[in-house]
Amino acid sequence: MSTTHTTAAEPSYLVDTGVRKGVMAWLTTTDHKRIALMYLYAMVVFFFVGVAIGVIMRLVQLTTFQHIITAQTYNAMFTLHGVIMIFLFVIPGLPAVFGNFFLPILIGAKDVSFPRLNLASWYFFMAGAILAVLSLFTGGGAPDTGWTFYAPYSLRTGTNVSLAVFAAFVLGFSSMLTGINFITTIHRLRAPGMKWFRMPLMCWALYSTSWIQILATPIVAITLVLVILERFFGIGIFDPAKGGDPVLYQHLFWIYSHPAVYIMILPAMGVISEIIPTFTKRTIFGYKAIAFSSMSIAGVGSLVWAHHMFTSGMSGFALMLFSLLTMIVAVPSAIKVFNWVSTLYKGSIDFQPPLLFALTFIFLFCIGGLTGVMNGALALNVHIHDTYFIVGHFHYVMFGGTGMALFAALLYWFPKMFGKMYSKKAIYVSWFPMFVGFNMLYFGMLILGMMGMPRRYYVHLPQYHTLHVVATVGSWLLVLGLLIFFGALIVATFKGPKAEANPWGGVTLEWTVPSPPPLENFDVIPTITHDPYHFPQQEVES
Amino acid sequence: MSGHVHRDDLGSRLGMWLFLVTEMVLFGGLFIGYSYMRHRYPAEFHHGGGELNATLGIINTIVLLTSSLTVVLAIVAVQRAEKKRAMAFLWTTLGLGCTFLVIKGFEWSAKFHHGLYPNAPHLATLPPGEQVFFGLYFTMTGLHGLHVIVGLSVLAVLLYWVATDRIRQDRYIHLENGGLYWHLVDVIWIFLLPLFYLAA
Repeated sequence: MSTTHTTAAEPSYLVDTGVRKGVMAWLTTTDHKRIALMYLYAMVVFFFVGVAIGVIMRLVQLTTFQHIITAQTYNAMFTLHGVIMIFLFVIPGLPAVFGNFFLPILIGAKDVSFPRLNLASWYFFMAGAILAVLSLFTGGGAPDTGWTFYAPYSLRTGTNVSLAVFAAFVLGFSSMLTGINFITTIHRLRAPGMKWFRMPLMCWALYSTSWIQILATPIVAITLVLVILERFFGIGIFDPAKGGDPVLYQHLFWIYSHPAVYIMILPAMGVISEIIPTFTKRTIFGYKAIAFSSMSIAGVGSLVWAHHMFTSGMSGFALMLFSLLTMIVAVPSAIKVFNWVSTLYKGSIDFQPPLLFALTFIFLFCIGGLTGVMNGALALNVHIHDTYFIVGHFHYVMFGGTGMALFAALLYWFPKMFGKMYSKKAIYVSWFPMFVGFNMLYFGMLILGMMGMPRRYYVHLPQYHTLHVVATVGSWLLVLGLLIFFGALIVATFKGPKAEANPWGGVTLEWTVPSPPPLENFDVIPTITHDPYHFPQQEVES
Repeated sequence: MSGHVHRDDLGSRLGMWLFLVTEMVLFGGLFIGYSYMRHRYPAEFHHGGGELNATLGIINTIVLLTSSLTVVLAIVAVQRAEKKRAMAFLWTTLGLGCTFLVIKGFEWSAKFHHGLYPNAPHLATLPPGEQVFFGLYFTMTGLHGLHVIVGLSVLAVLLYWVATDRIRQDRYIHLENGGLYWHLVDVIWIFLLPLFYLAA
């Protein structure tokens, strides 16, 4: 069950075979694998910029008085930390990197449906990223509104909101085009015999994600355009002085931005659904339940946005409705968690770094998810609204969830993508400070929020001091872990030993091609005859 | 890429439809804003609608609907390998699209003359609901106008491709997709007409 050897003559996608060589060969490539790597490199850079900003904000909270940076700079920093992490890392992270690289391979295709559009998406992404960076240094200075750009402050502030908002618009365009590409690819390019319910669960996750990208992103796009029009021409739709309504902005913003949370988490769940069968050597428990729960998260998740606005003055009926829907969305998420745990039960577990990070995901995501249900409870929400509890909650989901899943995906597919193996010992070493630091930092925030510490304040009262110090020390440990983690991977790309085609004993299609895969993935398009997680030895047992 | 040429017309059409969905949702955000504001200021929207020139609006609707017809006729002509006729229909479409923009330009400049534009001193004296009405009017017809310009540019490229035989009897999916986009521009206008011009 190790490798189906294709002819060794076919060069890997990392070797230039076209007319152009070197950097130009990469910048003009339409190969989904190269585009994925270009996304990956860009995102790791943005991620560390975001981390650096986060660390500085934690340093500010080490004392109870203002130091290092001014209050205005602090405002700009939490705005930038949010914009970079959300729009440049967490939202595009898994679909653009691992979706691009593995979706075509997982369904047995040579590329995505629209390879040139795929490259265009990358250029839109980079353009948006550059505009976001430019907004820091031009105009009235770095935006200070928070990443949500709430009206009416975003209409009045002298800082460079217009450019930052336009950057987010361009990034949204990139995300939308990727969504269109993936849906078309899944509908049109599945290999013969790859029926819908024979697709690996990562494909289901990407499919539901892509639908959200298509259906939700345009709403935020038009909302951001309205902010720009409002700032330049004063059209008055969000401006109370002209009869407009700032709460309308909040609705339109969250109609996208809450589903965007599921753009972040669904592919993460897809990754976990890939990793767990491989390292338990058995088929996933409840395949269809996981597939359908992805779709229902995408559906129900689009109807819960107003839980971000419980204190904005909606009607009591709307409050109850959105609270109920918010709790309902926890059901499909829980279905997935139960199915993963059931798959582990009595599996022949092969404990490797990807599984360690997948289990970390489950643990941290459960804390993030359950605190999310707490946020959905109306009475409690009033108490914890705009406190550190919210900050802790979404870091558990986004970093503990999506971030850890992204690391797990990187560990799982790294040998396939680069054809090299990393030092497993270094990864285990990196995990420990990362995990401890993470929980010191964000569990500290959960408690601080319960105690009443408001978010986005650059100083704090003495009663919050101890936990702030704990959180700041945690942030150092976390960064230490991240540095070891990425250091180990970077070393591996240069000096790692050559990886086998199937180092983990996986059975999905990516493990049947060489590491790294050749340009068009498959010499012969495979014909699929069985379910995705079909382990032969398991059949013997049963 | 290698010599392998991948062609999937059905896939291209699916991709185009998905793109049209995003366009509809884009305008959908504005329609949500419109319905909320209209619910809030019914009298002001009624009065604001009265300021618009319904005759010009209806003429523009006829112009745009006719241009959608000529695009379809161009596609049929390509399918029948009647290149000259296809080009003539595309030229007609371009002409009608430009006519729409010119009429729209006259309307907008009339509004500017009357001081009915965002941030105008005169508009600021009107009740808040009417200010929002004109804010929405300029945003929505402006965004639609932008789509008309994009659509015309796309059709101009397609016309060139028909002329250079890149679009021909056995390969016309690009023209079909361009036509679909033009129909979308048309459909959005059909919603804008009653919401603004016939609101009075």
